[in-house]
Amino acid sequence: MKFRSMLAALAVLVLGAAQAQEPIRIGSFLAVTGGAAFLGDPEQKTLELYVERLNAAGGVLGRKLQLIVYDSAGDAEKARTFAKRLIEQDKVDVIVGGSTTGETMAMVPLVEAAGVPFISLAGAVVIVEPVKKWVFKTPHSDRQACERIFVDMKARGATKVALISGAGGFDKSMRAQCLQVAKNHGIEIVADEAYGTGDTDMTAQLTKIKNTPGVQAVLNVGFGQSPAIVTKNHKQLGISQPLYQSHGVASKAFIKLAGDAAEGVRLPAAALLVAETLPDSDPQKKVVLGYKREYEARFKSEISTFGGHAWDGLMLAVEAIRKAGSTDKAKVRDALESIRGFVGIDGVFNMSATDHVGLDISGLRMLEIRKGDWTLVK
Amino acid sequence: MSAQFLQFLLAGLTVGAIYALVALGFSIIYNASQVINFAQGEFVMIGGMCTVWLANAGWPLPAAIAAAVLVAAAVGLALEKLAVEPARGASVVTLIIITIGASILLRGLATIVWDKNIHPLKAFSGEAPIQLGGATLLPQSLWVLGVTVVIVLLLSWFFGRTLLGKALLATSHNRLAAQLVGINVRHVLLASFGLSAALGAVAGILVAPITFTAWDVGVMLGLKGFAAAILGGMGSGPGAVLGGLVLGIVEAMGAGYVSSAYKDAIAFVIILAVLFFLPSGLLGRRSSDRV
Amino acid sequence: MSGRTASLATLAGIVLLLPLALQNNYYYEVAIQVGLNAIVCVGLNLLIGYAGQISLGHAGFFGLGAYGSAILTARYGWPPLAALASATAGVAVLAYLIGRPILRLRGHYLAMATLGMGIIISIVIATEDRLTGGPDGMPVPALAAFGAALSGERVWYWVVGATLLAAVWLALNLVDSPHGRALRALHGSEVGAEVTGIDSARHKVKVFVISAVYAALAGSLTAHYAGFVTPAKVTFFHSIELVTMVVFGGMASTFGAVVGAAVLTVLPQALTVFKEYEMVVFGAVMMLTMIFMPRGLVPTLALTLSGRRLPR
Repeated sequence: MKFRSMLAALAVLVLGAAQAQEPIRIGSFLAVTGGAAFLGDPEQKTLELYVERLNAAGGVLGRKLQLIVYDSAGDAEKARTFAKRLIEQDKVDVIVGGSTTGETMAMVPLVEAAGVPFISLAGAVVIVEPVKKWVFKTPHSDRQACERIFVDMKARGATKVALISGAGGFDKSMRAQCLQVAKNHGIEIVADEAYGTGDTDMTAQLTKIKNTPGVQAVLNVGFGQSPAIVTKNHKQLGISQPLYQSHGVASKAFIKLAGDAAEGVRLPAAALLVAETLPDSDPQKKVVLGYKREYEARFKSEISTFGGHAWDGLMLAVEAIRKAGSTDKAKVRDALESIRGFVGIDGVFNMSATDHVGLDISGLRMLEIRKGDWTLVK
Repeated sequence: MSAQFLQFLLAGLTVGAIYALVALGFSIIYNASQVINFAQGEFVMIGGMCTVWLANAGWPLPAAIAAAVLVAAAVGLALEKLAVEPARGASVVTLIIITIGASILLRGLATIVWDKNIHPLKAFSGEAPIQLGGATLLPQSLWVLGVTVVIVLLLSWFFGRTLLGKALLATSHNRLAAQLVGINVRHVLLASFGLSAALGAVAGILVAPITFTAWDVGVMLGLKGFAAAILGGMGSGPGAVLGGLVLGIVEAMGAGYVSSAYKDAIAFVIILAVLFFLPSGLLGRRSSDRV
Repeated sequence: MSGRTASLATLAGIVLLLPLALQNNYYYEVAIQVGLNAIVCVGLNLLIGYAGQISLGHAGFFGLGAYGSAILTARYGWPPLAALASATAGVAVLAYLIGRPILRLRGHYLAMATLGMGIIISIVIATEDRLTGGPDGMPVPALAAFGAALSGERVWYWVVGATLLAAVWLALNLVDSPHGRALRALHGSEVGAEVTGIDSARHKVKVFVISAVYAALAGSLTAHYAGFVTPAKVTFFHSIELVTMVVFGGMASTFGAVVGAAVLTVLPQALTVFKEYEMVVFGAVMMLTMIFMPRGLVPTLALTLSGRRLPR
């Protein structure tokens, strides 16, 4: 019986490792491969780095941390199976993970039924609205990103906006949110174009936008290589209206990919990207600078805000466990909900019974790309 | 209006030329072995990634390109030698599954040997857009179109004038007969894998400055190349080129004039419609069954 | 046929005894997924293994079943069983309408056409987000029958197990019926079969519809079981995965389809120990198995064990 022996072998492996001592088990599933690998990869590295550091510093509540990560490849179905594995098999105390919204939403019913505190690293607002008892998340919601962008557009006198978005979950959710909140900010969406995942050329869509009368700004919602292609096409076509990107491209890789075409592009992002240039009075400066230096020294690669989401997730979990004084799941959940003034990478977290993100729009800084680097828009 | 049309056309031609190169790779292997090589897209990836890697290591671009094409060709030869040849006599579906396994293996290796990041490649001759009747074109698009034309000419010379090319063609028409007249079918098979791997790599390198490259770019390009090869008629060289260009243009026009969200669906509806009326594609051989 | 009864009895025995080895709900989860994939593969094997017609679009039928159920229950408040039945029936009608023109195509052209069909379905599902929730998917109400909701892995295990047994039983009967013999004749030589008076188009369409129904039913069950459905399972990759399971286990072997589904569902779970080498190992296992067992696991093993030539 191939099936049985395989599972048995697996059980021996997992149980064998667990019996050495009784560590605090942190479960995670991330899109380490697949189309969202650029999210899952830094997230995994961050979790591994900081679990190691916390253990080196004596662990939490005198117990070591044990990290269990599975690669969901961004597939919701796989994520759900791994979530079950984390809950049933690995018996984790808390789950920090879910690179994408699809993965997160597919496992929400499981954690709600099992009663395990879960901190998601995905963006869409549906994760926390309506509030779910056991579900929290660290990145700003896509709606907040839309609002931040619209505020900036309005300040520059642009009210007629052309939207272009990808076909992924992140893209479509944020597009819907932007369409919804546009009116509140006096913004009119005059064009709404789309492109497919893996598309190699968006000049057709952008030509349509170019020929739409009255456009004052262009907003691209998406992540991966597509926004960089949009940026290049935007320049190639000589579109004069300013281009905005979402927080989905908030890594140096985007500037490297888009090259000169990225000059003048604006996007909302966490303070992490401009860590060095933050004023010393900024409460986040110490935290973000510390994370940036440690990550870059260890992995010799540029920081991205995605890894920052994982830092926040892990540290919020640790903070909650410390506050609760145990790994009792209900106590940890209550502690999570009562976290106030916690300075993280994405901003200062003020959780409450009605807000399971706890971030306000001020944590999102408006950045402009100048001379191949991020600069803070004053 | 006509400037807009021209812009769509230029976009479609550039993308279509890449599809055509990938489709040619499919057709060459198909002709020699009746195998649909689902790892064809991985050759595209290897070409792009290897060039970027070598260029970043300080190699001059032409040397990096040449080396990347050779690496891809070597992988193609290894694939034939280690996976396809030992499975000789297996059914076509089995061979297809082997190539799917190979594509997963190669993608996995790429994430280990290189990484999971997306990489840019410097355009061969600058990024200043060229104005053309109200539309714009990147210099790299000219490279794509130009190299595609050169490759098509080279291939037609190869198949029409050289001994190996003729042997490849003969094998595709009738394997047994080819063997009887003294063609070493095994060498032909090996050559076909090497050649189409090299072609795929060229496509991957040409397109990298426009669309970047990453460990998984081969998936989408492989799929579109397969669609193009079928649309044109599997096994037909001119068909592969025509199929690629038509597919690229249909996508661009679909995105421009109909619906950008549904442009891929539009392309596939058109392919289905073509197959409905021409069951062997646009230029495919009309074959009859041997009973 | 004693061989038929014996293999069905073996499968029933495994389904009955397996829970002894399932220590917790995670194991049940994997077992249920094996069962659901196996149902699709048993149907697909009728098409690929027996009729010799390839399909790279069955994830589309699976998805239509799943989303049909999801939309009818969640958006229109239908009772789940009615939704499941209607979704499956709807897919049958669609497969019949598509099957006629598509099955005129041969070999790789058929592969392309089915692939295109699957991709069109997946694009529509991912794009029509007001109805389907888009790429992030949508929640699906639990399956309820006679006032009681089916929930929990242990209940679902028996539902899926029983459905799988019924699916296998039907498939085995079909293969041994005159229709099945006609199919195998088609696989041998279509022209030859027609000369002997077999209406090849009718038989091909029939088996195409049956395999689509298997896929849609499994899709519906998956949606209700998981409580959530995303377009990931409707993609071209899932279609390829399904065909791989069939070929891996052994074409023209109903038992092989089940084994193929089991191995390729469990393998990724077992390979997580390889971390970043997971993809490499998975690809290598696939290649090596097909190179050294080109007829698939079950037929090759049966051949080795019995030491005699395998009957077709």
